[in-house]
Amino acid sequence: MYPNFGHAGRRSRVAAGLAATTAAALGFLSACGQSPHSAAAGAITPGPGQRQVAGMPGASPMPDMSMSTPTSSPKTRAADAPVTGDTVAIKNFAFSPSTLKVTAGTTVTWTNQDTDAHTVTSAGSGGPLHSPALATHATYSYRFTEPGTYAYLCTIHPFMTATVEVTR
Amino acid sequence: MTRRQLIRHAGWFGGAVVLTVAGGEVMSHIAGPRGTTAEAAAETSGALRFVQVSDSHIGFHGPANLDVAGSFTEAIGQVNALGFRPDFVMHSGDLTHLSTAAQFDQVRQMMTGLQTDRVFTVPGEHDSIGDTGRAYRQIFGKGTLGDGWYSFDTHGVHFIALVNTLHLEKLGHLGTEQIDFVRKDLAGLSSDTPVVVFSHIPLFAMYPRWGWSTDDALKVIALLRRFSSVTCLNGHVHQLFTKTEGNITFHSATTTAYPLPKPGRAAAPTPQVVPARQLKAALGIRTVGYRQGDRELAVKDTRLA
Repeated sequence: MYPNFGHAGRRSRVAAGLAATTAAALGFLSACGQSPHSAAAGAITPGPGQRQVAGMPGASPMPDMSMSTPTSSPKTRAADAPVTGDTVAIKNFAFSPSTLKVTAGTTVTWTNQDTDAHTVTSAGSGGPLHSPALATHATYSYRFTEPGTYAYLCTIHPFMTATVEVTR
Repeated sequence: MTRRQLIRHAGWFGGAVVLTVAGGEVMSHIAGPRGTTAEAAAETSGALRFVQVSDSHIGFHGPANLDVAGSFTEAIGQVNALGFRPDFVMHSGDLTHLSTAAQFDQVRQMMTGLQTDRVFTVPGEHDSIGDTGRAYRQIFGKGTLGDGWYSFDTHGVHFIALVNTLHLEKLGHLGTEQIDFVRKDLAGLSSDTPVVVFSHIPLFAMYPRWGWSTDDALKVIALLRRFSSVTCLNGHVHQLFTKTEGNITFHSATTTAYPLPKPGRAAAPTPQVVPARQLKAALGIRTVGYRQGDRELAVKDTRLA
């Protein structure tokens, strides 16, 4: 599972600066161990050009942890892509069909069938497609009024690209 | 017992995979609880020790992990049980799955449970959906510049946190304004200052076909080349990976949510459904240590279970 990029260790300070335990005994309520810690030497200061340190302070008390309710959905197989129609399936990290041909005035609906989230977003700037993040089973619709080729992608997984070709 | 013997001894007990950088070489070996505890005790005070957690995807619902919030809670517990208080914790992106206000609020509240001096973040593409990171910055952007980048110093190490998820066109992207920030930020630094760079998407070309690279990262890498020790830590790819280029070492962290396939081993980087035991072995946290006077940082990855 873990890649091993090791070279034969020639140095004796192999683990210099290391300090950690493994998860073998997961004591997650034992917030133990303030080891010797020099506040002065360890102060965190903002970099040049910054007035304050980013981030937020860590805190002592453990907060209420709300657990999410698990839901699962079955995986679907990619279907053969129709070239015409007014629907696009988003499944297995791909838009299907990858090229959809419609006539002007058609409303196209995308449905996310993946367990991961996706978007339908015009490539480049100025395009008309701007879906929100689509969770599983969520849909997004857009009515194409002008002929043209509309390239779009998923901004979460930008290697997912497709086009809609609109004719008169 | 010499340190070398100690490491060997630790290996007998199995456990975490340790990646150590020394003299420009990356070494990977197995360490166990005994060895690392002994090392922790042998540690001189004043050393820098911080933790990287990544890709918690709070809000994800799917068979690859039916309880990502529970896994992140365990990771927080693991940080708090390290036996030392980390100087800070860095979450290297994809805090949430869908960038919703409720998910940002949930992950922020969960991270207040981290026993550390300070919690830093960078956004992932899942934290930047549809609004170029505005909702993310409302909660996590305090004290940052531009679209959420920043730098800080501690223990003689200079840290830079970069944002490369806002303007994606297939690959991660930094942009001119941010690269100018890095140029000015590094200008006054002596070349022997250790530099650590955080980003969500890798700054090296790990697997561009899946977007696992940053198209203009070389402009930043060029600015980093004069430094004798540079460590770039990223998330995004949900698996451990290390690459060294001269004095610059890149380390991809694993996730607390769900595994992704190795590059090219699947049609797409879809969340991988694995048996529960294997899931925990694929998740984890990372500790990084540095003692002033040393040249390199020691990076150590620990499985969630």
